[in-house]
Amino acid sequence: MKEKLTQIKERAAKRLAEAADLKTLEELRVEILGKKGELTQILKGMGALSKEERPVIGQLANEVRSEIESKLEEAKTSLASKAQELKLKAETIDVTMPGKVTELGHKHPMTQVIDEISNIFIGMGYEIVEGPEVETAYYNFEALNIPKDHPARDEQDTFYINGIGDFLLRTQTSPMQVRTMETRKPPIRIIAPGRVYRSDEVDATHSPVFHQLEGLVIDKGITMGDLKGALAEFAKGLFGENTKVRFRPHHFPFTEPSAEMDASCFACGGKGCRVCKDSGWIEVLGCGMVHPKVLEMSGIDPKVYSGFAFGLGLERIAMQKYAISDLRLLFENDTKFLKQF
Amino acid sequence: MDLPISWLKEYVDMDASTQDFIDKITLSGSKVESVTTMAKEITNVVTGKVLEIEKHPDADKLVVTKVDIGSGEPLQIVTGAPNLYAGAIVPVALVGATVYHGSGIEKIKKGKLRGVESNGMMCSIEELGFTLHDYPEAPEYGIYIFKDEVPLGADVKKLLQMEDDVVEFEITSNRPDCFSIVGLAREAAATYRLPFKYPDIKVEEKAEGRTADLIDVEIQNPELCPRYIARAVKNVKIGPSPLWLRHRLTASGVRPINNIVDITNYVMLELGQPMHAFDIDTIDDAKIIVRNAKKGETITTLDGQVRNLDESMLVISDCNKAVAVAGVMGGENSMITEGARAILFESANFNGPNVRITAKKLGMRTDASAKYEKGLDPNLTLDAVNRAVQLVEMLGCGEVCEGMVDCYPNKREKWSVDYTTEGINALLGTSLSEKEMIDLLALVEVKADGKKADIPTFRPDLLTEADLAEEVARFYGYDNIETTLAAGTPTVGKKSYTQMIDDKIMNTMVSLGLSEAKCFSFESPKVFDKLNIPEDSELRNTVTISNPLGEDFSIMRTLTLNGMLNSISTNYNRRNDSAYLFETGKVYIPKTLPLTELPEEKNMLTIGMYGKIDFYGIKGITEELFEVLGMRDKVSYSPKSDIPFMHPGRLASIEAGDEGIGYVGELHPAVADKYGIGAKTYIAVINVDKLYELADFDRKYRSLPKYPAMTRDIALLVKEEVIVKDIEDIIKAKGGRLLEDIQLFDVFRGKQIPEGYKSVAYNISFRAEDRTLTDDEVNSPMKKIISELEAKLGAQLRG
Repeated sequence: MKEKLTQIKERAAKRLAEAADLKTLEELRVEILGKKGELTQILKGMGALSKEERPVIGQLANEVRSEIESKLEEAKTSLASKAQELKLKAETIDVTMPGKVTELGHKHPMTQVIDEISNIFIGMGYEIVEGPEVETAYYNFEALNIPKDHPARDEQDTFYINGIGDFLLRTQTSPMQVRTMETRKPPIRIIAPGRVYRSDEVDATHSPVFHQLEGLVIDKGITMGDLKGALAEFAKGLFGENTKVRFRPHHFPFTEPSAEMDASCFACGGKGCRVCKDSGWIEVLGCGMVHPKVLEMSGIDPKVYSGFAFGLGLERIAMQKYAISDLRLLFENDTKFLKQF
Repeated sequence: MDLPISWLKEYVDMDASTQDFIDKITLSGSKVESVTTMAKEITNVVTGKVLEIEKHPDADKLVVTKVDIGSGEPLQIVTGAPNLYAGAIVPVALVGATVYHGSGIEKIKKGKLRGVESNGMMCSIEELGFTLHDYPEAPEYGIYIFKDEVPLGADVKKLLQMEDDVVEFEITSNRPDCFSIVGLAREAAATYRLPFKYPDIKVEEKAEGRTADLIDVEIQNPELCPRYIARAVKNVKIGPSPLWLRHRLTASGVRPINNIVDITNYVMLELGQPMHAFDIDTIDDAKIIVRNAKKGETITTLDGQVRNLDESMLVISDCNKAVAVAGVMGGENSMITEGARAILFESANFNGPNVRITAKKLGMRTDASAKYEKGLDPNLTLDAVNRAVQLVEMLGCGEVCEGMVDCYPNKREKWSVDYTTEGINALLGTSLSEKEMIDLLALVEVKADGKKADIPTFRPDLLTEADLAEEVARFYGYDNIETTLAAGTPTVGKKSYTQMIDDKIMNTMVSLGLSEAKCFSFESPKVFDKLNIPEDSELRNTVTISNPLGEDFSIMRTLTLNGMLNSISTNYNRRNDSAYLFETGKVYIPKTLPLTELPEEKNMLTIGMYGKIDFYGIKGITEELFEVLGMRDKVSYSPKSDIPFMHPGRLASIEAGDEGIGYVGELHPAVADKYGIGAKTYIAVINVDKLYELADFDRKYRSLPKYPAMTRDIALLVKEEVIVKDIEDIIKAKGGRLLEDIQLFDVFRGKQIPEGYKSVAYNISFRAEDRTLTDDEVNSPMKKIISELEAKLGAQLRG
């Protein structure tokens, strides 16, 4: 009996070690430990043993059984982990293949420039206002101190509706200065981005439709120093913290004093390069203190309030910022172009 | 306006470099456009004397010369020039020199010409970059030969006064005074705080007789001609001007012609006052009349063109004929010719806008009209005419008659502007003293006393305290104004409600894979036919541009589709696999025609797509947009077939209640063809103004479900023409308050489904917040739903 048990134990150990899959293991379990299994048969035959032998053999049989069971369990675990290993290996993929995603669309570069500039001014307490593109001559010219015989009012520059007269396509966003002053009470801090129109044939640097952004601040005690401060902050926001600005005297009918602001070239930092045509500066915007006549015409008392205004062409900023060489690309809407921004 | 630095220095003792000048004058308000260094490319050209000339042994047309350049051995130079002689002093380009050749620059090399060594090149005036106009003494063909004995080996550029820096300025319209050398010199002097030396104008009047005896002047329209001065010169000798004068004209971009013409141009450049000269014998009855042109009147101008005049134009005439278009160009009939007995200088002031319009109508913007159109100071005419005759005396090309005829009916008087030191300081943010301000204003010849400023008449732009503030600021330095951040009343920066919605629309489109397009706001009226828009459609009532760049840009769009389809077409024709585009832009709808008030500008969202997309794909995009805007439940889609450019069977109108807010569908293939689009194209157009009204961002939390939902799947057999919207409307109507959700999960045609029918399968779920539903509770609404579907739509429950 004893011998038989030892044999079973040894044979089981050997076969367990040889077993290559879970199925073989299960067969083995049934063969030894199952209802009709070898060990079970032995245990069943225990009744024939003597009183003295029975506990000894019984103990031995139980030992053999639990040893086989535990070995069986070990083999199972090891086989399972091997199987998983194999499975994982089989599941290996090429992780360098491209990812799958619904491609995002792209905002138009002009919109991105407007967004960026708007965010800077919103942070400085400005609101955004919008107004009509088909305008009256009053808002586009008269109220901005541009007299009837001014060259800007010629048919060569301005698109008119119903012939030269009251209605036209606005040539600048400046009418929004007047419209804002007429409808709001100071303090006023606004920007007004939008489309403007001038009679320029389409080429690499001209478009009859383009975008400007107007700004206006009206309050008590606003000075030219404030104008410089606000616009210097803006330039830093747009071109980087190290940007320097300079203000050159200039002329606009609706501001006095007037200036143009240059920013140190963002491409070369002011050393001179192709972008700034070797001058170290790039022209950014026109600005000035709102002309007292304009304030008065808009119903604001120039003795109590003062303010500044500024305006900038957005296409030029976008073209410089993104190194776009041809303005026409902005209105073609080729997705190969739009996807670059 | 071109400013030769050498000329500037006649009025300002400036020793700054050109670069320093540019930097400083820019910051004081004169905008520099460019700088050109004249004769910059010419190097290493010196004077040399031809010692001997021998025939070339192997070439008939060449000679071999020995040239003394003042030092070392004489150079052997081979040349083909026809005008050389022994003793001639000529410009010699040494080996290594650069000169003009053809249209480019050539470097002179040592070489052999037909076997004979040649060490340099003798130069014509063209090879030095100039023309016969600049140096009329030069031969028409051949080498330039110096008239006078000049040192050998000397720099030819210096000797011929070729070198100069010329600074080009952009002059703003408020500063007509700066359209002159003296005007810019005044600015330069103020910028450098140097004395400004105005030309010293003195006339000797050597001729016998008075101008007044030779000519009479009558101004019929003082509005358009505030002042007219005539001054006569006798015994005129026409010839070339001296080198210094020619150089100044050339440097300023004006071609020298002859002494009299050059003098008028010189004065125009120097003082900014255009001048004209008439042959006095061509003026009938010795009378100048300044009048409006007559209807149908014509004149042949100096350039030989016949000009048709109209009554708005001003002419200079005698009793019989017009002799000049005022301020624009003289007539051929009164032009100065060789042998003129006496000439008449005109120095007149004309109304700027009128000159501008006349020049434009006649299509001849001249140097003179360009100056006049800025609006000149009538007081300038006197100095100008005297300067001109002074130059005549200086050049010895005539004798000046005594006096002049000065007709000045419309006088410009001096004026003064009230101001306060505090007022200007408050505007600028400076704290200048009264004295400092007075001194700054004095730099530009404004005499101020702390309260009042007297303005010189050449500065019509100075009318208010703010104008004076700018003058103060310019010379105090814009850069010296301390930068401050406006304290004032704080304001909150933010986007408005509608701008926030614009952002959400934009961000939704972009996150769904669409890129933003921008299209022109104007287009061709042919667009309507292209899009099959009926003749009587209101869309054809457009805001029309009177002076468009062409028919293609002549109407403000009333629908956005054309721009989008052009963009789609561009993408398709550039072989892009797909294009998913959207545009938010305006349409312009007139309220009345012709306009009596501003048109309505409506904001539209336009989506255009081709590629991996179908109707349901683009519809899903619109649904997702409505979801983001919190208005999904307010919107429904129903079949539509009456948009002429859309596929009649694949088009849905988007409605909120009874109101249409847009449409979505497939582009009509015939329209796609017209735009050259070979792919199925899907379009959605939504009125953004309606989205502003319908969007709803009011969100309230509803507790998460605690009890399970009870779901039922049904499959319905319905006729092909039954649309799912009708089915869903019935399910929603009959589902009762426990109905939670319905999901269409299958539409099936084919096996087991009769021809003309389809199977539509839904998952319908019910839920109560406070309990788990029982079968009975769900069976009752399901029965109602099914019997209604059977009754209304003839649906049969399958399976």
